[in-house]
Amino acid sequence: MTGITGGTPSVLPAWEGGAAPRREPLLAVEDLHVEFATRQGVVQAVNGVDYALEAGQTLAVLGESGSGKSVTAQAIMGILDTPPARVTRGRILFRGTDLLGLSEENRARVRGRRIAMIFQDALSALNPVFTVGWQIGEMFRVHQGASRREAERRAVELMDRVRIPGAARRLHDYPHQFSGGMRQRIMIAMAVALEPELLIADEPTTALDVTVQAQIMELLAEIQRESGMGMILITHDLGVVADAADRIAVMYGGRIVEHALVHDAYRAPAHPYTRGLLDSIPRVDRKGRELHAITGQPPNLLDLPPGCSFAPRCPYRQGDCAVEAPPLHRIGPTRGSACHYWREVLDGSHG
Amino acid sequence: MGRYVIRRLLQVIPVLLGATLLIFFVVFALPGDPIASLSGDKRTPPHIAAELTARYHLDDPFLVQYGHYLAGLLRGDFGETFSGVRVSEIVAGRFQISLNLALTALVMEAVIGVGLGFYAALRRGRAQDTLVLAATLLLISVPTLVTGFVLQLLLGVELRRSTGIDFFPISGAFDGWRSYLLPGFVLAGTSIAYLTRLTRTTLAEVLRADYVRTAVAKGLPRRRIVGRHALRNALVPVVTYLGADLGTLMGSAVITETIFNLPGLGQELFRSIYERQQPVVVGIVTLLVLVYVLANLVVDLLYAVLDPRIRYE
Repeated sequence: MTGITGGTPSVLPAWEGGAAPRREPLLAVEDLHVEFATRQGVVQAVNGVDYALEAGQTLAVLGESGSGKSVTAQAIMGILDTPPARVTRGRILFRGTDLLGLSEENRARVRGRRIAMIFQDALSALNPVFTVGWQIGEMFRVHQGASRREAERRAVELMDRVRIPGAARRLHDYPHQFSGGMRQRIMIAMAVALEPELLIADEPTTALDVTVQAQIMELLAEIQRESGMGMILITHDLGVVADAADRIAVMYGGRIVEHALVHDAYRAPAHPYTRGLLDSIPRVDRKGRELHAITGQPPNLLDLPPGCSFAPRCPYRQGDCAVEAPPLHRIGPTRGSACHYWREVLDGSHG
Repeated sequence: MGRYVIRRLLQVIPVLLGATLLIFFVVFALPGDPIASLSGDKRTPPHIAAELTARYHLDDPFLVQYGHYLAGLLRGDFGETFSGVRVSEIVAGRFQISLNLALTALVMEAVIGVGLGFYAALRRGRAQDTLVLAATLLLISVPTLVTGFVLQLLLGVELRRSTGIDFFPISGAFDGWRSYLLPGFVLAGTSIAYLTRLTRTTLAEVLRADYVRTAVAKGLPRRRIVGRHALRNALVPVVTYLGADLGTLMGSAVITETIFNLPGLGQELFRSIYERQQPVVVGIVTLLVLVYVLANLVVDLLYAVLDPRIRYE
């Protein structure tokens, strides 16, 4: 199962086709492999991920826990714990420069300044013993040598921008004195402080109420519109994806199993796993009927089966699925599916 | 905060009452006659025994005796021994020596323990880490009695003999702060080992925390991440341990005090228990309880400085 996502002609990364004039993407992840050394053995967390993103665009990376979506993001950010993690293969091109080839010093220059990240649980992601103003202002003090007063002034501006009521008054409050939504706003303020070109949002709304979720997504979209930054939105919430993202990449077992424009994927999924995910959303018009669930368990990353890792749970499974891992078949100019039987899936979706 | 301090200080009163009552009772219950033991193997003349018994209220019931003691304590009078020496006189000089010794040990603990813990935590799983862990295990396993004599012999006696310079004075408290260096280290030994391990574990845990990951993602330099973001969070348990240890170091240094011939509280406490010198025992224990309570108060107030989530009304 090696090299399948690599060079074969039918397996082009999505951004190499399409009607739009070819541009150098903001970010391109190519054939990324990450593994973790654990006591039980080597966990193959990411097994050949390709995705790309242009400035101003939002890519939603979808998948369940252990699908490798967060690990890929942490590899881009350069915040994987190494060891136990190890990037064994691939490139991460940021504006054409391979981040994996940079020295730690140069890498740190990108981190926080040009690529920023926000995390799922803002309460634990903010340092409990420092004021929020101090934590936001730290970006200016450390990266730009701003004075304490200057840093505070700009922290207030940022807190205003992410619409924290009474920003100046709350500058000296601590994270635990804010509500969940406000804390996530502070995370966002900190992340966009230096106007990064790329923002990675790792399940930014998972820990929040539904109403607050919408506000946070709206805020992110607004900041993105104003700044033109690219955004990678990692989530397992299909509802969030539909409104916020331009493109979607579905991950399973450390691989991209389908990538597409959001509305294409929603209208007619081309991979059985995407289809399963969409079918499992509760819908008002199916009220009273049993909720569809994908049977079985996610693959054991310690011991990935040969062939397609989704095969054991797949209703479209045929004999060769357990033998040969499907490459990422190119379906259209903007679309790919890692399923031998994507045609059947696609037809089934239409039918 | 002010009200909190006052409330905490008021709490000292019941604690002291309880502690003195308990100690008084235990000493009261000890077998043996303190008056009889005054004259060694001779018999105390009956009229003297009678006078002493009356003077120290030894025939009164337990609670009455305790009442007399408390009344004295309220006047700042710690009482006197059965041979007529003021307890405050005995205790004052010894308290100073014990405090010097304990503070020396505490500083060594903080510097060496926290330093080594940091060093090991930042090199987790590597050879240096293992070496530190092995060293602390050794320090914990070897009794004070052994480390005391061995260090006294090697760093005190032998080093002076071979170099001619008295780096570490090894007997008595006549050489100023240097008298306390070696005994301080011996006394702190076990605590250094515990604190090293505590610091190592705490820091290693903090370094895995989400907010440290955030600090990395912010692109901060490693020194700032460890020295600011992690350190502040790792200090709370360390400070707790140090605070609780001060009292222990003062009251349980009998072996160290004896080896290095330092006339501190531990030695005196030991002898007084042996000689049934009730007022001295109770006096020293009362003092130690005070030290414990005050050290803990300081620790609690430090919490609020270290961790803003802890607030006192």
